[in-house]
Amino acid sequence: MFEVLSNEILAPNLHRMVVMAPRIASARKPGQFVIVRADRGEERIPLTIGDADQAAGTVSLFIQAIGASTQRIVSTPAGGHLRDVAGPLGMPTHIGQWGRVACLGGGVGTAVLYPLARALAEAGNRVTTIIGGRSDRYIILADELAAFSERLLVTTEDGSLGRQGFVTLELAKLIADPEHRPSAVFAIGPVPMMKAVAELTRPHGIETVVSLNPIMIDGTGMCGGCRVVIGGEAKFACVDGPEFDGHQVDFDSLKDRLTMYQGHEERARHAATDCRLKEVANG
Amino acid sequence: MANDLTIQERLAIGRVHMPELAPEIRSRNFEEVNRGLGREEAVREARRCIQCKHRPCVDGCPVGVSIPEFLDALAAENLPEAARILQGDNALPAVCGRVCPQESQCEAKCVRGVKGEPVAIGYLERFVADWAMGNAAELPKSALPPASGKRVAVVGCGPAGLTAAGELARQGHAVTIFEALHDTGGVLRYGIPEFRLPKEIIDVEVARLLDVGVTIECNVIVGKTMTIHQLRDQFDALFIANGAGLPTMLNIPGENLKGVYSANEFLTRVNLMEAGRNPDSATPIIQGRQVAVIGGGNTAMDCVRTARRLGAERALIVYRRSEAEMPARVEEIKHTKEEGVEFAMLTAPLEIVGDWEGWVTALRCQKMELGPPDESGRRKPIAVAGSEYDIPVGVVVNAVGTRANPLLTATAPDLELNQWGNIAVDAGGATSIAGAFAGGDIVRGGATVILAMGDGKRAAAAINGYLGGEA
Ligand code: FES
Repeated sequence: MFEVLSNEILAPNLHRMVVMAPRIASARKPGQFVIVRADRGEERIPLTIGDADQAAGTVSLFIQAIGASTQRIVSTPAGGHLRDVAGPLGMPTHIGQWGRVACLGGGVGTAVLYPLARALAEAGNRVTTIIGGRSDRYIILADELAAFSERLLVTTEDGSLGRQGFVTLELAKLIADPEHRPSAVFAIGPVPMMKAVAELTRPHGIETVVSLNPIMIDGTGMCGGCRVVIGGEAKFACVDGPEFDGHQVDFDSLKDRLTMYQGHEERARHAATDCRLKEVANG
Repeated sequence: MANDLTIQERLAIGRVHMPELAPEIRSRNFEEVNRGLGREEAVREARRCIQCKHRPCVDGCPVGVSIPEFLDALAAENLPEAARILQGDNALPAVCGRVCPQESQCEAKCVRGVKGEPVAIGYLERFVADWAMGNAAELPKSALPPASGKRVAVVGCGPAGLTAAGELARQGHAVTIFEALHDTGGVLRYGIPEFRLPKEIIDVEVARLLDVGVTIECNVIVGKTMTIHQLRDQFDALFIANGAGLPTMLNIPGENLKGVYSANEFLTRVNLMEAGRNPDSATPIIQGRQVAVIGGGNTAMDCVRTARRLGAERALIVYRRSEAEMPARVEEIKHTKEEGVEFAMLTAPLEIVGDWEGWVTALRCQKMELGPPDESGRRKPIAVAGSEYDIPVGVVVNAVGTRANPLLTATAPDLELNQWGNIAVDAGGATSIAGAFAGGDIVRGGATVILAMGDGKRAAAAINGYLGGEA
C-alpha cells in the first residue's frame, strides 16, 4: 500500500498527487513513469513521475481522470492509500546539451513535459517552453515552468489566455527566427499535436523527441500491448520508450490503437453513472 | 492393509479415469475442467503401484518426489503421511498435480506402463495435495530449524522462485521474494488459465510459504526499482527467476491492428486482470466471435480455449506444421478439440488483414506441406504455391513464443548471458556474480513449470551450500 500525502486539482479532471514510495523516489530519473492500480479489480494505469523528493521518499504524479480506473485513483484523498505503485519504468530521457531547445506541452502532456524541461534547463540548455490547452482552465504548471524557462509562451484554442491557436503556431515562429531557432524540440501531448510538431520540424531537420502513451499492462516488456511502430519496426513503449524520435513514429497507428477499448470505456462510464444514479435514488 | 496386496492383485486394478466437466458446459465458463479423484478412487489407484525396487519414476521427476513412498502411504489410507512426504519434496504439489506433463516424466518411466497403463501419479499428487489443503489441521506441524541469520533475496514469484523460497526458508534462512507484478505466482497466475489451475490453488500454496516465514514484496521490478547489485549488497545470496518475458513478434503485416494480441497480453488480461471473466474487473478485452490463435504449444491451447470461454463461436489453432509436431501436451490438445476448437494444421500466417478503422477482419494464410527433416529433426514445412486464403476473424492471438527480457540483465553488465540473452549458469544455478544464482525461464528460455521448480530446488541446495550449510 502506498500512502497518498496530497491530492490537488490543477485543471478540470487533472490532479497532482504526492505519494509515498521511497524506493521509486530514489531510483527514478526524468522521463520515467510508474504503473498504478488504485485497488483490486482496477486497471493498471501508467502515470508519469512529475517529480521526486528522495529525502522525503515521495513522488508526485499527474493524473488525468478520463476513465473509471483513473477516476478511482484521483478519488483517493490525502491520507488514503493506493494499492499498487510500481516503477520507475521506461528509459530515462536522454538529457543532452543542445544549446537552445523548445519544450512543447499540450493539455495533460504539460505535466509529463515538466520534469523533462526542468532537467534540460538544469543541464544548461536554454529552454523555451510553449504550452497549450483548450482554454485558460486547461493551462497548467505555468509558474513552475516559467521558473526555469528562458521564455514561456502560452496558446489556447479559444484565445482565453496567450495566443489563440495551437502550440505549433509559436513553434513555427521560433523556427523562422534565426535568433530563437531551437536545435532540439521536445513535444508531449495529444497524438495529433505531436504529429503536427514532428511534421513542422522535419523539413528543418530539427531533432524532435516525443513521449508516447499507448495502452499498457505490465510496463516491463512482457505483454507487448504497448507496441508502437518506430521507423517501420515494432518497439515496446514501456521498455524502449516512452520517448522516441518524433520523425520515426507512426502516429496514425498509435492513434488508432488508442481507440481499441473506447466502446468499453463508454460502457464503464455508463455503468458508473448508473450506480451513482441508483445510489442517489436509494438516498 | 494395502501393503498386503499381492503383485497380482495390484496388477489386476485398471487405471482410473479423471472425471471432467462436459465440453459443452466447460467451454462456456472458467471452471476447472479436471474435477479431481474421489478418495476411494485415489486409494485404489495408489494400490496399482507395485512398489518396485528401482523406482524409475523418481528419476523422471525434476524435483525428485519420493513417489513410491507417498503412494504407499496413500494406498494404506494414511493421508497425513502421504501429504507430509509429498509436501516435503515438492513446494507446489497442488500446482504440479495439475500442470506437470507427467506423461513424459514420472509416468513415462513407470514400469506398469511397459505392458499397460502407468500409475496415474499426477492425479494422485493432485489428490493428496488437495486433501492437505482441506485438512491442514490433520497435518503434522514440521518444526522450522533455528534461524541461520542469513538473508536471501528471490527475484520473481513464479514456480522457480516459490520453490527456492520454500526450500531456503525450511533451511532457516530469511527469504524475501520480490515480484514485479501486483500479485503472486508469476506465470502460474498471469499465464495459466483458471480452468486448468484455479487461482485459489496458488493462493493456498503461497500462504503455505508465508507460514514458514517467507516475505513477499510485490510491485518491485528488479532492474528498475532496485538493481541486482543493490540486492546483492543487501542480501547474503540471490536467486534470480524473473521468467521469460518478451513476446516474439510474428513480423507479418497487420500486427498492430486492433484485435491482435500476444499470448502474454491476452492471457494476462484474462487471468491476472480478470477481464471478461469477472464483471467487477475494469480491464477490457476484445471478445472476438471468430478468433485465430497462432502456435502449437500449451500456451496456444490456453489462449484458444480462453477465447472460446470469452464467447468465440469459431476458434481455431493455426499451426505451420502438422499435429504430430505440436509441442502441446496430448491432454491439452484433446481437451481443446473436445471444446469445439478447429485445428488448421500445415497453415502459416502471411498477413493480418484489417478494415478502414484499423480492426482485424481476417488472417491471410498459406498452406504448407512437410518436406525433409530440418536441424531440429522435425520435418520442415514448405509453402504450397498459390494456396493463399483468408480466414475471417476479429481477434488474432500470437502464441509463437517468448524470448529473454533484458530488463533485469541490462542493469548488471557483469552477469554473463548466453547468445540468446538468457543467464548463463553452472549445474547448481550459480551465475557469474558470486552469490547470485538463477533458474527457470530466464535461464532456459520457455520451459515448463516443473523444470523451473527443479531449478529452484537445485539452486536452493547450492545457495544453502554457499551460505555455509549442507549443499
Ligand atoms: S506494457 Fe506490456 S510490454 Fe509494455
